[in-house]
Amino acid sequence: MAQKKFVVGCFDEEKVLFPAVKQVRTAGYKIKDVYTPFAVHGLDHALGMRETSLHTAGFIYGITGTATAVSAISWIFTKDWPLNIGGKPHFALPAWIPIIFELTVLFAAVGMVMTFCWLCQLAPGVKKHHFHKRATDDLFVMVIECSDKTNTDDLVAFLKSNGAIETDVQVAEEEWWFGTYDKQDDLYNTKQVAL
Amino acid sequence: MHIKYESQLREPLVYGEKNFHQVTEDILRPIEVKPSRLWYIGFFIAVTLLLFGVFSLYREVTYGIGQWNLNKTIGWGWDITNFVWWVGIGHAGTLISAVLLLFRQGWRTGVNRAAEAMTIFAVMCAGQFPIFHMGRVWLAFFIMPYPNSRGPLWVNFNSPLLWDVFAISTYFTVSLLFWYSGLLPDLATVRDRAFTKLRQKLYGIASFGWTGSTKHWQRHESLSLVLAGLSTPLVLSVHTIVSFDFATSVIPGWHTTIFPPYFVAGAIFSGFAMVQSLLIVVRKVFGLTDYITIGHIDLMNKVIVLTGSIVGIAYLTELFMGWYSQNKYEGYTFWYSRAYLFSPYGWSYWGMMACNVLSPQIFWSRKMRRNVFVTFFMSIIVNIGMWFERFVIIVTSLYRDYLPSSWSVYYSPSIWEVGFYLGTFGLFFTCFFLFAKYFPVIAVAEIKYVLKRSGESFKPEFEKLEAEPLDKFVHDNAHAH
Repeated sequence: MAQKKFVVGCFDEEKVLFPAVKQVRTAGYKIKDVYTPFAVHGLDHALGMRETSLHTAGFIYGITGTATAVSAISWIFTKDWPLNIGGKPHFALPAWIPIIFELTVLFAAVGMVMTFCWLCQLAPGVKKHHFHKRATDDLFVMVIECSDKTNTDDLVAFLKSNGAIETDVQVAEEEWWFGTYDKQDDLYNTKQVAL
Repeated sequence: MHIKYESQLREPLVYGEKNFHQVTEDILRPIEVKPSRLWYIGFFIAVTLLLFGVFSLYREVTYGIGQWNLNKTIGWGWDITNFVWWVGIGHAGTLISAVLLLFRQGWRTGVNRAAEAMTIFAVMCAGQFPIFHMGRVWLAFFIMPYPNSRGPLWVNFNSPLLWDVFAISTYFTVSLLFWYSGLLPDLATVRDRAFTKLRQKLYGIASFGWTGSTKHWQRHESLSLVLAGLSTPLVLSVHTIVSFDFATSVIPGWHTTIFPPYFVAGAIFSGFAMVQSLLIVVRKVFGLTDYITIGHIDLMNKVIVLTGSIVGIAYLTELFMGWYSQNKYEGYTFWYSRAYLFSPYGWSYWGMMACNVLSPQIFWSRKMRRNVFVTFFMSIIVNIGMWFERFVIIVTSLYRDYLPSSWSVYYSPSIWEVGFYLGTFGLFFTCFFLFAKYFPVIAVAEIKYVLKRSGESFKPEFEKLEAEPLDKFVHDNAHAH
C-alpha cells in the first residue's frame, strides 16, 4: 500500500475531455486514470492503454470446459460405468454434445467474470479511494499522479486552461483495502505525506 | 469504423431535455424514495401467493405426488407445462441483452436490465417444477454427477432430462453473472449518492468497490461482449434442449424434428410478452416514460408479431405433417386430439390458436403496436396462449396413448397443483418488487452512453454531420481519438 499525491481535474464534456487528455499526456504528466460514469469509447486508446486480453482468457476457460466435459463423460461411460444400452456404442459423442456445449459456456462465463473481478480488484467488501463522488454520475474525473518535481499549482492551472470545471489536489491510497463505505477509514495515522 | 451518429429516421431512445445528471436522478428516484402504497399492496399480494405456494409444496412433500391429480397416463400435467412456460418467459431477457447487443441495437438499453432480472426470476420459478416433480425432493442432488458410495453409479449423460439439468443451471448462472456484472457500475452510482450510512454500507458492498476507471470499463466492455457472444447460442440451446425432452421420445405429437426452432420462437414470443406486461406497468408507476418509450414498445411488438407468426407456421406444419406422414398415431394426435374442437381437449388447442396466432396479427398495424393498452392486454393474451401451447403439447399427446385401456380424460389439477403454480407467481413478483425497489430498473450507465447519440435533445446536432459526404465524415471522425 502506498499513499501518493494526485491532482484531480473534472470535465463534464467528452468533447473537452479528449483534447485535454492529449494535452496532459503531451505535456509529460502521468495520468493515473480517468474515472467515467459510463464506458467512453476510445478513451482507453487516448490514454495509451493496450487492449484487454480478457477474451483470450475466456477462450482458454471455454476449451477447459470442453475438455472437462469430454474427458469426464467419456471416462464415466467407457471405463467407470459402461452401460449396455441396446448394444449402442459406449462412446456416444453426439448425445454428449449438449452437455459439452453447456459446460464450455459455463466455464468460459464463470472464469471470465472471476478474472474480471480479479484484474479490476472487485469484490464485496473491497474499498478504494474515490477521487470524486460524481465520477459515477456525470463527471469525467482525470487523476494525475504527482512526482516530487510536479508543481501542483502549475498543473491545476494547466488543467483549468484545458477545460477542467473543477480541480483538486488529494493525497490518497492508490490500492484497495477492506472496508465499508459508511466509515472514514483512517489508513495512515502515522506517516502522513505533506501536501 | 465507428459511425458516430444515429440516423434521423430512428426515433430518439431518450425523450426530453436530459443531461447525464438528470438521467441519474430520473432512474434512481424510485429506489431513493419511500415506496408507494401501490408497491406495498402489490408486494403483499405477491408474498401471500408465495406463502400459499409454500404451503402447497409442504403438502406435496409431506404426502407425496398424490396430492396432484396426475395419473399413470397423464404423468406430466400442470407441473411440466408450468416449467416450460416459465423457462420460455426466461428467454427474453438474455435475448434482449445479448442478441441485441451483438446486433448493436441501441434500443436494448432502455429495457435490458429489467428484462434480465425477469429472466433470472423466471428461471428460478421454472426450476422448482421438475425439482418438486421428482417426489423425493430431498434427494434432488442425485441429478448432479458426482462420485458416490452407491458403486460406480452415474447420471445418464445420454438423457435429454440430464441435458436439461445442465442447460437450465448453466443458463441461470450465466444470466445471473451477466446481469450482476452489468449492475456493478449502477450500484456504484447509487452508493455514491447514498444519503444514509446503511445505504452507503450495503450498496458499497454490493458494488464491489467499482470506481469507473477507464481500464475497468475497457474490461467491462470486453466482458459484456464475450458474455453476450456466449449467451446467444446458450439461450438458443436452452429451449432447444427443453424441446428435446419431448422430441427425443416416441410419443405421437412429441416426436418431431420441428420442435427446437418452434420452441425457441415460442420462448422469445412469450418472453417479450412478459417483458411488455412488466415494463408497461414499471414505466408508468416509476415515471420512466422518457426512457422506456412508445418506440420501445413498438419494437417489441414487432418481435411479438414475428415470433407469433413463426409459431403459427410451426403449428400448421405440424398439422400438415400429421396428415402427410400417413402415420395413424400422428394423424390421430394432431387431427383428433388437438385440432378437433369437440375432442376432450380440443378447446385448449383452439384457445392456443386464438391467443398465439390469430390475435397477435393486430400488431401489423402501427397504431395497435403503439397503443399501450392494447399492448398490455395482448401481452397477457399471449402468455395465456403460450401456457395453452405447452398444455396442448403435453396433455393432448399423453391422454390417449397406444393402449386404449389406459386412456384418461379425467385430468384436472388439484388445488395444491394450482397452488404451486400460483406460488411461483408469488416468487416471481416478490423478487420483481424487491428488484424494482432496491436496484436501478434501467441500466443507467448504458443510457448515458446512448444519450448523446440518440437522445431527443442531442439528435439535431447530428443533422449537419449527416449532410456531410461520407468521405469527409470518415476523415473527420474515424481517428478522432
